[in-house]
Amino acid sequence: MEWEVVIGLEIHAQLATKSKIFSGASTAYGAQPNTQACAVDLGLPGVLPVLNQEAVRMAVKFGLAIEAEITHYSVFARKNYFYPDLPKGYQISQFELPIVGPGHIDIDVDGNTKRIGVTRAHLEEDAGKSLHADFQGLTGIDLNRAGTPLLEIVSEPDMRSAKEAVAYMRKLHELVRYLEICDGNMQEGSFRCDANVSVRPKGQQEFGTRTELKNINSFRFVERAINHEVERQIDVIENGGTIIQETRLYDADADETRSMRTKEEANDYRYFPDPDLLPIYIEDSLKAQLKSELPELPAAKKERFMSQFGLDQETAGILTSTRELAQFFELTVEASDNVVKLAANWISGDLIGALNKQSLEITESPIDPVRLGGLIKRISDNTISGKIAKQVFEAMWHGQDSADDIIEAQGLKQITDTGAIEAIIDTIIANNPKQVEQYLGGKEKVFGFFVGQVMKETQGKASPAEVNKMLKQKLKK
Amino acid sequence: MHNKTLIELAAGLRSRSYSSVELTQHFLSRIQQHQDLNAFITVSEDIALQQAEQADKKLANDDGGLLTGIPLAQKDIFCTDGVKTTCGSKMLDNFIAPYNATVVEKFNDAGAVMLGKLNMDEFAMGSSNETSFYGASKNPWNSDTVPGGSSGGSAAAIAARLTPAATGTDTGGSIRQPAALCGITGLKPTYGRVSRYGMIAYASSLDQGGPMARSAADAAQLLQMMAGFDTKDSTSVDHPVPDYSADLNQPLQGLKIGLPEQFFSDDLDQAIASVIQAAIDEYTKSGAQIKSVSMPHLDYAIPAYYVIASAECSSNLSRYDGVRFGYRCQNPQDLEDMYTRSRGEAFGAEVKRRILMGTYALSAGYYDAYYLKAQKVRRLISNDFKQALSEVDVLMGPVSPTTAFKLGEKTGDPIQMYLSDIYTIAINLAGLPAMSIPAGFVNEMPVGLQIIGNYFEEAKLLQTAHQYQMVTDWHQRTPHGFE
Repeated sequence: MEWEVVIGLEIHAQLATKSKIFSGASTAYGAQPNTQACAVDLGLPGVLPVLNQEAVRMAVKFGLAIEAEITHYSVFARKNYFYPDLPKGYQISQFELPIVGPGHIDIDVDGNTKRIGVTRAHLEEDAGKSLHADFQGLTGIDLNRAGTPLLEIVSEPDMRSAKEAVAYMRKLHELVRYLEICDGNMQEGSFRCDANVSVRPKGQQEFGTRTELKNINSFRFVERAINHEVERQIDVIENGGTIIQETRLYDADADETRSMRTKEEANDYRYFPDPDLLPIYIEDSLKAQLKSELPELPAAKKERFMSQFGLDQETAGILTSTRELAQFFELTVEASDNVVKLAANWISGDLIGALNKQSLEITESPIDPVRLGGLIKRISDNTISGKIAKQVFEAMWHGQDSADDIIEAQGLKQITDTGAIEAIIDTIIANNPKQVEQYLGGKEKVFGFFVGQVMKETQGKASPAEVNKMLKQKLKK
Repeated sequence: MHNKTLIELAAGLRSRSYSSVELTQHFLSRIQQHQDLNAFITVSEDIALQQAEQADKKLANDDGGLLTGIPLAQKDIFCTDGVKTTCGSKMLDNFIAPYNATVVEKFNDAGAVMLGKLNMDEFAMGSSNETSFYGASKNPWNSDTVPGGSSGGSAAAIAARLTPAATGTDTGGSIRQPAALCGITGLKPTYGRVSRYGMIAYASSLDQGGPMARSAADAAQLLQMMAGFDTKDSTSVDHPVPDYSADLNQPLQGLKIGLPEQFFSDDLDQAIASVIQAAIDEYTKSGAQIKSVSMPHLDYAIPAYYVIASAECSSNLSRYDGVRFGYRCQNPQDLEDMYTRSRGEAFGAEVKRRILMGTYALSAGYYDAYYLKAQKVRRLISNDFKQALSEVDVLMGPVSPTTAFKLGEKTGDPIQMYLSDIYTIAINLAGLPAMSIPAGFVNEMPVGLQIIGNYFEEAKLLQTAHQYQMVTDWHQRTPHGFE
């Protein structure tokens, strides 16, 4: 039987506010346990939450960016359950009236654009962490993370493959970083994903029973976890079994999903409106103001790069994948006096390659756009060849000098004196009569030998085009 | 000294008739002398004397305000930095907050002296003080009877002149009912008038702190200090705080008093009804007009209240899990065991009952039938009050259907206990301000008159109460043995 996969994602994006969503404690990552948890985060008796307005603004920005309905009136609710790292015994979240209503995100998979619905996005606080190592059979609690603002973004079950799920996740990741509402750091848990997965016979209307895969925190794991779960579900059904609605945990080491709890074991969260917090009212004026503050979004930027710079879809996609990279590209184009094609190729090729090798972000690039633009200028005006440019690039990577300084100091300028090249060619032809004979006898491959010899003799500084032209003339004689 | 009003005490301090230290020592020794009332859970003698010394220095420089150097006491629901805050529960018997409630902070800033922390029903759940882990406080008018609750310790201490005034909190009547039963003056402000920050939550949408004192004039002084918007409490309201004492002495011109029919049904004890009627007659003598009003939804106040309050409390009290503070059972075997035994051993029966009721009311499949329905009833009750208060200036009626009942009389019958708040609960649901003032006696036990006003009209309530207290002396009566 042919099966169709149905996937919906719930993504938790940690909002990049300086302080927590309901307290003044810092949200900075990596502090000593419990040093960034104040009385409110600890859930001490009598303390009260006060909403961080910055978190609201960030949520609204997100909603505007996905063309969602921003609810005029939104309510915080308590989600009640006991867990040691949940200090109050409830999580402040949103239930019936989330801040962001239906919106959408367009993804590109295999050259096709597909629209994925976003059901809702709501604000909530994160829990703390339970630490099981180092406590000899006891559990340690670190509440630094408790109260960190999260935006939970819930998609429609619109994705039909793990690949689409990853594409959606990447798009969201790109978007929240463009909006500067989330640092997107997946290692630190700033961007986390749960996936709802089910399968159904192709053509069937109703959904199959779904399972929820928890905390799959890298793009690679999402794809693998979903594919595994899909295989497992198909196996179960094809062997006459039924899928149980349950929560499963992806174990990256074992590369498998395991049952965490079934629907029967699930908590009744007893949601009700939090009486400590007033409803959020979003005025139209705030929406308008935030809308005017939105940066150019990835999709629009990509379109512009294609139309303004004549880039192909793939290159435009790469160069707009982060706001910083796009900005780097635009500055490089400017510094190179608009040598767009070379700028695009050098950034998406050599530069990104070199950065990746050393796990550097574009913002940490040893070569800034002005220096890279200077190099590109010299390639474009034929001062150096592309091959020599790689050598200059290498030198720029390890030092502070400009391309011009390096070319000058190392004498890398292309030889434009045709007389000099001619003399070299003549000598080479004279010294290699056998090869000349072979070439004239029709063995055209030997031509490369002559080019190589000339380049060797000129240390690569002769213009390859010029050398080709002159060699062809000389060898005809 | 202990019979003086706050204004008299402040004048005495300023005229150097006595120092704050002397005044504080006087009240500390009275507290010591009347320990059997069990009004205090903690007496903070050392801190009180330190604060008194500091106050004396300020007073020597003619610094400070009206409350500088005046001894007061806090209901043990307000968190106090450095002095334990138990909320009347074994759960918090070891809890010392690292912060002050906003209300406490305000009194500290004003230079007031804190004598200690007053007894209360556990987590403010009770109408008799009998659910306190520390045992019930006793009514100074008759030590076999209850002082009311939950702010029973506050009411008993004021009636017995162990403190000139105190704070209380009122979720369903917890200021007014003990004030009535102990013959003192208590005011529950408009919801949002006084910050709830650092005031341990029972039912967040109903809880409101307020002053308890011997007279309306003193209550006005205390409310002046307590009221105001607080950025730490999102539900506090940014509404200007008037001078609550400014109009106290202004005669009431053509006051329109509404009498809710539902407050004067056959259920009301006849003797109490007569006392209330006599009080209302006093107002008519001074020109007030009386109007009967009907509030058809009041009958549903008690069930609606117990659904909403219990629902909120079931969630509010989840934080007491033995993990970070408070009571933890001995040798927990695992997490489940730690939760169940810590909570099972440290919460009393009434608290458990309300947590269970609230958990049930919020459960999947019951939420609409209970919680949502109760919220609808709440709106209808609020509308009843709004309608009534659009026709009259204040509403009047009894506070409690009976005078102070015997210790142990109702502990076996929760419904009977809940019914003792029948006249007070609806006001919390509506979020309105209301007072209880002494209006007479039945069988030598005090009876309270309830005055209910419109939102943020505390000044009018205080004025209405004060005008009555100018022509009556019920509020000056002192129980035997405490003169």
